[in-house]
Amino acid sequence: MKFDTPATTNPIDRLKVVGQPLDRIDGPLKTTGTAPYAYERHDVVADPAYGHVVGAAIAKGRIQRMDLAAARHAPGVLAIVTAANAGTLDKGSFNTARLLGGPDIEHYHQAVALVVAESFEQARAAAELVRIDYAPEPGSFNLRAAAGSATLPHENDITGPAETHVGDFTEAFARAPVTLDETYTTPDHSHAMMEPHATLAQWDGDRLTVWTSNQMIAWANADLAKTLGLPKEKVRVVSPFIGGGFGGKLFLRADVLLAALGARAAGRPVKVALQRPLIANNTTHRPATIQRIRLGAERDGTITAIAHESLSGDLKGGGPETAVNQTRLLYAGRNRMTAMRLAVLDLPEGNAMRAPGEAPGMMALEIAMDEMAEKLGLDPVEFRIRNDTQVDPENPQRPFSSRPFIECLRLGAERFGWSARSPRPGQRREGQWLIGMAMAAAFRNNLLMKSGARVRLDKAGRVTVETDMTDIGTGSYTIIAQTAAETMGVPMEQVVVRLGDSEFPVSAGSGGQFGANNATSGVYAACVKLREEVARRLGFNSREAEFSDGEVRVGNRTIALGAAAAEGEIVAEDFIEYGDLDKTHQQSTFGAHFVEVAVDRATGEARIRRMLAVCAAGRILNPKSARSQVIGAMTMGAGAALMEELAVDTRRGFFVNHDLAGYEVPVHADVPHQEVIFLDETDPFSSPMKAKGVGELGICGVGAAVANAIYSATGVRIRDYPITLDKYLDRLPDVA
Amino acid sequence: MKVRLVVNGTPHELNLDTRTSLLDALREHLHLTGTKKGCDHGQCGACTVLVDGVRINSCLTLAVMHEGDRVTTIEGLGTPERLHPMQAAFVRHDGYQCGYCTPGQICSAIAVLDEINEGIPSHVTERLDGAPELSADELRERMTGNVCRCGAYSNIVDAISEIAGSRA
Ligand code: FES
Ligand code: FES
Repeated sequence: MKFDTPATTNPIDRLKVVGQPLDRIDGPLKTTGTAPYAYERHDVVADPAYGHVVGAAIAKGRIQRMDLAAARHAPGVLAIVTAANAGTLDKGSFNTARLLGGPDIEHYHQAVALVVAESFEQARAAAELVRIDYAPEPGSFNLRAAAGSATLPHENDITGPAETHVGDFTEAFARAPVTLDETYTTPDHSHAMMEPHATLAQWDGDRLTVWTSNQMIAWANADLAKTLGLPKEKVRVVSPFIGGGFGGKLFLRADVLLAALGARAAGRPVKVALQRPLIANNTTHRPATIQRIRLGAERDGTITAIAHESLSGDLKGGGPETAVNQTRLLYAGRNRMTAMRLAVLDLPEGNAMRAPGEAPGMMALEIAMDEMAEKLGLDPVEFRIRNDTQVDPENPQRPFSSRPFIECLRLGAERFGWSARSPRPGQRREGQWLIGMAMAAAFRNNLLMKSGARVRLDKAGRVTVETDMTDIGTGSYTIIAQTAAETMGVPMEQVVVRLGDSEFPVSAGSGGQFGANNATSGVYAACVKLREEVARRLGFNSREAEFSDGEVRVGNRTIALGAAAAEGEIVAEDFIEYGDLDKTHQQSTFGAHFVEVAVDRATGEARIRRMLAVCAAGRILNPKSARSQVIGAMTMGAGAALMEELAVDTRRGFFVNHDLAGYEVPVHADVPHQEVIFLDETDPFSSPMKAKGVGELGICGVGAAVANAIYSATGVRIRDYPITLDKYLDRLPDVA
Repeated sequence: MKVRLVVNGTPHELNLDTRTSLLDALREHLHLTGTKKGCDHGQCGACTVLVDGVRINSCLTLAVMHEGDRVTTIEGLGTPERLHPMQAAFVRHDGYQCGYCTPGQICSAIAVLDEINEGIPSHVTERLDGAPELSADELRERMTGNVCRCGAYSNIVDAISEIAGSRA
């Protein structure tokens, strides 16, 4: 199905199933521990051997000598895989560094060996016996120090242009009566999903099957085949349940490749889970940024000049953190510029983490907006309203497909009790606590991606959906079932959803908050094809046929849906693909975050007391699971504001706090009751579902809202995340 | 080394490497994979099980230390067809996303309510001379060893509160 004109009325609009806050259909499996994750597939492979990964102990240099003798002779050891014995390996097109290092080492904890043994304990013990002599080389590990050598990043569709210029920023900024020029920093972040990257690999002759934990089945399939030099058809990737990804499982990672190589070397199935202490350095992370923002405005608050520059680093051949891109679209202003610079660093590979670009970009921009509002003497909500734009500010011919940004701001202010806020910081006290209230905008683009699905109808009227779409906690199983139930006019119980298998049609996959809208649209397209075939078999005109309550109806003739498949199962397959509606119209999602914090006036301890997000993201396919996406993102954003930071050892070039004790993420005690309001909206430009992404909107801006609330409480402005109390303790208002 | 465990009411006799954690005994030897391994280092709570009614991180204890112990795992609480009330509350409140921390959260939640019932105070309990309150703050404090990177906390506390309310 080609979607190239705005959606009109279609079966989804009935909203009998879609749009309802249904419980997840995979909930009973997940809550009983019966949903099978990659390392747990006792059902498919009876007796796998265990692989334990050895990570490089240097950031850059060469392996001089590897002594495997002791490990090889350790009890239970079946094989040891290293770059020296693994045969020729290519590199995946989505990988920057090789997944199996040696003799050259590209980053700390790059995998250099896999020890395979009969048991987990034996593999772990033998891995300790691998002796490696390294010849380390000096590397570049300090972003600030590397700033001078940074260059323009290579441009592609994802990064956007390295620089943009509209009007004359320099002149407008110089003339503006009110200006701001500040620098903000965000540190490296780790996805820290709860399920480690894990894979079970089995060879059958030259055919390879991997049960793994991956967000993008088709990418993993292609890159595993490419790395091993196999045709894609010989490789099957299965990933029905994923214990969190957040971008960390977008790509083929070392667990998959090493399990495959280990299984080949040992001559039997092997499973590998990356040990938790390896994950931060072995896999990808969200790169740190140094961002400079300049704003110039008239005294009435009209922005006349807006500039956002960002510096980030990555391994040679890697890409930038695109922290400036939202600034091209979020606020009006005639004169504007953005610029990205990329420094080569020899730290582990930087890559996408939940809302790449916008998450750190909004953390900076939305503090800047708060500061500017204060300089102007304007309410921060009102300042944003004054600078709303209904068109792409770089290209005013190009409208937003829908942009109820002001509605989000107003509704949020009303519901949060914004009028009680004191415009001057440090004014409100409750006993030992300084209370602060603040807000920030939320913004994230909506991306359109081709997405396919197959649907089957059996004679019992049961509809089975197959697509390689994944559910990483996002609710894909449920919203896909809702889409099929709505389109085919059957109850939810009559729909079976099978996901995450490379034998199914290629979908959008899970990333960039593009999964829900595109994958359900692909399922809708396949269901429309199935409806046509059903109507044909029943001798109905498919335009007139009405599908509801498990029946097909034309006029007063009604036939059970399953009757169409009486002679045998009907299978239909299709995909959604898009015309240029995302070129003619800018498609984005909007929101407003409101946060209240309390800061202990003696100790500086900061507690988040209330959080509210108002979101506009097109049709909300399932308000219950969508709300979970938003509160989860708000939680991760709160972590980024208050605690999350991969600490860089700038001498040896690695992230020091590489486990869940050292890398702090929000826990129960950090998170208050969270409220989410979705605007009642549809976006006919986005897809037949009229939905947009929502999984990442919730993290965009929330960190700045927390930062602004700490300022509101204390009067201390911190521009370097995370906002830990050591950065403001000595400047708290006097304890009188 | 031989060790006998009673898991979810069923006695098992296992022959285990002395280095095998209780977690791996469950997951790799008994194929009870509902209990999750998030870190293997006592940092995340995904491996929470009940041993003789008390919640512990099963990755931090060796199986051979549990001779004769009664272990309850998520599989022992309910099945997809017959959910335990706490499991059902997690489904109703969407107290999970990816589901990987979920069995640990549920085992912990059940133990937390028992701990409060027994009058065991926590770090946030105001008075030590009375029964601890069943407040959201008490639940949050006591659940803090169970990390959920998906950030389902707000819903998890709603789910536990509902069950706590119906018990009280
Ligand atoms: S696996 Fe036991 S605490 Fe993380
Ligand atoms: S549901 Fe994913 S970590 Fe809690």
